[in-house]
Amino acid sequence: MMPKNFAHVASQFLILFHISNLDFMHEYSLAQAVINAIAEFCEKNKIKHLVEATVVLGELQQIDKGIFRDALNEIKKECGLRARIKIKDEGASFRCRACNFEWNFSKGKNNLNANDAERIHFLPDVAHCYMRCPRCHSPDFEIVKGRGIYIDSIAVIHKKVSSKKR
Amino acid sequence: MIDPRLSIVEKRLSEIKRVIAVSGSKGGVGKSTIASLLALLLSKKGHKVGLLDLDFFSPSQHIMLGTKKVSPKEDKGIIAPEIAGISFMSIIHFTGENPVLIRGNDVSNAIIELLAITRWPELDFLIIDMPPGIGDATLDILRLAGNAEFILVTTDSKLSLEGVKKLAIALKELNIPILGIIGNMSKRKDRAKEFAVSLGIDFLGMICYDEGLEDATGKRNKILKTLAAKQLEEIIRSGLIKDKWQSYEKNL
Repeated sequence: MMPKNFAHVASQFLILFHISNLDFMHEYSLAQAVINAIAEFCEKNKIKHLVEATVVLGELQQIDKGIFRDALNEIKKECGLRARIKIKDEGASFRCRACNFEWNFSKGKNNLNANDAERIHFLPDVAHCYMRCPRCHSPDFEIVKGRGIYIDSIAVIHKKVSSKKR
Repeated sequence: MIDPRLSIVEKRLSEIKRVIAVSGSKGGVGKSTIASLLALLLSKKGHKVGLLDLDFFSPSQHIMLGTKKVSPKEDKGIIAPEIAGISFMSIIHFTGENPVLIRGNDVSNAIIELLAITRWPELDFLIIDMPPGIGDATLDILRLAGNAEFILVTTDSKLSLEGVKKLAIALKELNIPILGIIGNMSKRKDRAKEFAVSLGIDFLGMICYDEGLEDATGKRNKILKTLAAKQLEEIIRSGLIKDKWQSYEKNL
């Protein structure tokens, strides 16, 4: 007979399994960087009431959004941060400096195999080693948008301090 | 817009006692050779050493160390692979044999990313093999690794000396510590020394042109037996970093 608490035990097991996977991920490091950057911003600007932050994930870095979100939640819990963190995707696009052709990122179209894609995941700028302009095959292209991760906005509540009347 | 990577770089470098950037004005003056010999000599002495190859356009530390293809492991970032007891990070781990065709802004981005994702262990020394001159890499290291100290490498050539002069003036203006100048592949005994004195910078010593170095490249056992390695070891012992070197030796 299935023990009553099986579901609970199983869910605990799954959570532990999931977290142990998380530990090996590059996404965890990026999530830590985001939380650090938000904390630094708040400290520098003496912000006490952080409402929301928006993080943008550039497509070229191929960050696993699910793992990244889980990592963010874990770190938020550890440091007691309650503000909401919104995650937005940004498609990657490129412009060839040789022929001005513009194109969007696509693993298939850019003939990237799994190894090349993984290397770009770690260091997006090495895309120049593995991708070429689809029109003239030049490696000299600009990453117009969607390179990697950045914090787009931080929403805070500013409370006006009223001066005491004598 | 906030770049979150910048907030983690300081943490990544926080376990490193000293960051030494080996720099020079021209390609071919021996920066990479001296950087790898320095890393190997310090490691041989029992120090915990890291080696970072920031010469993206001509990375060569993997050749000096004789490493075959290594894949860095992922663990809340990237663990710098250990080669001969040295934690070694290079763009080569991500580019393989492909040439790196990137421009200024992408170079800066790649340096920030590399510093943000690399998890160094606790280190006594991180030796950085810098690209020649005062370019993006030098300016980024000055900005991101606040405690970096520089060793300047030059040959006797007028062209190399003139370039190092500009680099030294720039570093002095920015209040960056210069450990000193090493005269490499020297033929004229006093030229680099007189040059260093004229700039008010310590002359660390001279390394002669060593024909045996080419054959020893990539062979870790042989490379430390070369004349160049012996002369560099002497420079480390008797040069400007003597005091710090001895204090580290006492702690071993």
